[in-house]
Amino acid sequence: MSVSKNWKNYNQQIPDDRYYYARSCIRQNFFPGSEKTFLTILQDLLGKDIYDDPKHTSCTGIAYHSDIIPFETMMTVVARHFSLMTEAGYKNLVPSCVTSFGLYNEVLETWEHHPEVETKIREMLWKSTRREFEKPEAIMHASDIIYHFRDIISDHAQNPLINVQTGEPLKVVDHIGCHYAKIFPSKGIGGAEFPIVLSGMVSSWGGQSVDYPERRHCCGFGFRQYLVKANRGYSIANSYRKFESMAPYKPDFIVANCPGCAMFLDRWQYTIGEMKNEWFGANGQGIPILTYEEMAGLVLGFDPWAIGLQMHQTDCEPLLKKMGISYDRDKKFSLKRKTILLNVLEEEIQ
Amino acid sequence: MKNLYDFLAEDVRLQDGLNACMNCGICTAVCPAAQFYDYDPRIICNQVQTRDNETILSLLKSETIWYCGQCMSCKTRCPRGNTPAYIIQALRKLSQKLGYFTESEKGRQQFAIKQTIGKNILEVGYCVHPERVSPAFHPEQGPVWKWVTENADKLYDSLGANYNKPGAGTLRKIDQESMDELQQIFDETGATEMYDTIHKYSVEKAKEMNMDIQDDCDNEYFYHVYSKNSENNQ
Repeated sequence: MSVSKNWKNYNQQIPDDRYYYARSCIRQNFFPGSEKTFLTILQDLLGKDIYDDPKHTSCTGIAYHSDIIPFETMMTVVARHFSLMTEAGYKNLVPSCVTSFGLYNEVLETWEHHPEVETKIREMLWKSTRREFEKPEAIMHASDIIYHFRDIISDHAQNPLINVQTGEPLKVVDHIGCHYAKIFPSKGIGGAEFPIVLSGMVSSWGGQSVDYPERRHCCGFGFRQYLVKANRGYSIANSYRKFESMAPYKPDFIVANCPGCAMFLDRWQYTIGEMKNEWFGANGQGIPILTYEEMAGLVLGFDPWAIGLQMHQTDCEPLLKKMGISYDRDKKFSLKRKTILLNVLEEEIQ
Repeated sequence: MKNLYDFLAEDVRLQDGLNACMNCGICTAVCPAAQFYDYDPRIICNQVQTRDNETILSLLKSETIWYCGQCMSCKTRCPRGNTPAYIIQALRKLSQKLGYFTESEKGRQQFAIKQTIGKNILEVGYCVHPERVSPAFHPEQGPVWKWVTENADKLYDSLGANYNKPGAGTLRKIDQESMDELQQIFDETGATEMYDTIHKYSVEKAKEMNMDIQDDCDNEYFYHVYSKNSENNQ
């Protein structure tokens, strides 16, 4: 059996410090404030060493999973990332992207079962770039790090996940990326059987995690099924299936650890509303969706516009009101520079 | 002459993805593609493990192999540890290598992906970039994304990004040396050849369909494969 039913097989050892950060194409496009929030939490709140390498590029994951490049190309680009990490003196690889997390693990797994492939890729990397590398000692998704430090974040919470109007915990549904939980379930916290990486944060920060039947269903990205306009029916239909499944539980918000999933679950609610005038949240609105970095940022008291919630298509303001977070609506679409400080939004004059 | 199965078996993903499938159908039960398309990964496994040349040839020319979304849900649940999505990857690679992909409407879409995502990687170092997610191609992104693209420089900087500038940070401009290394890796490992192969067969198909085609995203063939679906493919 490829799936273990034993929780202890999914209880990862997460290194406490010295991380090499691998940025995400999708997250930096659609949730740039989330990456900034993650680094602010790691560096300023927790005092950790996390390296942001200017030479790091796309892992090619979207091209690889839409089949326009060979397996060898993806593996060699990943080998170059390992080389950059070696060069910088780090051993703990922290991808922000769930697809990258899957790719890095797939490459190491392939090399373990086919050592001749590793030899071939080392030769290809040397021929093309004159680079060598050591393999990472640990690969953990950025959400694993936040999960690991969730109780420290809880100690600094300014806005716990409580509905200030009722005093009740906020009801939260999660969506864990397929390439985090399903390709190598034993590599993530909880795998596909015990999806706790996000619900662990939710419960630590005062909220109530709500299970729903299609919790493990794909968001519908499907790579070529979204990239090509003619195929997007696949993508929206699978998101629709999830929304229909979670709506009866009346969640206050959705949280996701995959940047693509967060973007699709945000945009497809808008699209379904436009197409069918059908909304899955209360009062004819969508269900707000947060990345786990945004959720942590709000809990820590970061200003909503400093962490980028204005880039969401599905409005997050109903959630901010429930959490009792004060915000200036006039500044929502301001283009002045915002700096994340603990509980402070600073705007500098441009 | 080699059997088509022998070509497939050279791909380690086929070796890892298919080991005596017993046709239980769990992969199909959890497959998002099977819930949307007339698609059944269980049947794909069964067809490939027959090793029959005609059967595999028909798959390489089919719409079917392009329906999978590579979410990998099948990998988690297969009681034999198989991965139908890996089999799909091997089939798609061979279909493109031998030029059969242009025989299907869904296969022809590879040209559009090569022209967009494929070029993005070698031109900016990312699969996706704000300047390359145009509201015209992506109406589902909504009015907020339109506002983002119209104000990208100031907006990304306002959120602490290093937009299109040298150095570290969100959406930084990647240095030329790193971009050159990417190109060299693509040349050495077969990606450049694969782009050329996709292009060559797409040009032949465009000619056969009497359509204009160029090496950009603004030509008749691109718009056709990017936007059009026949009824049985929706």
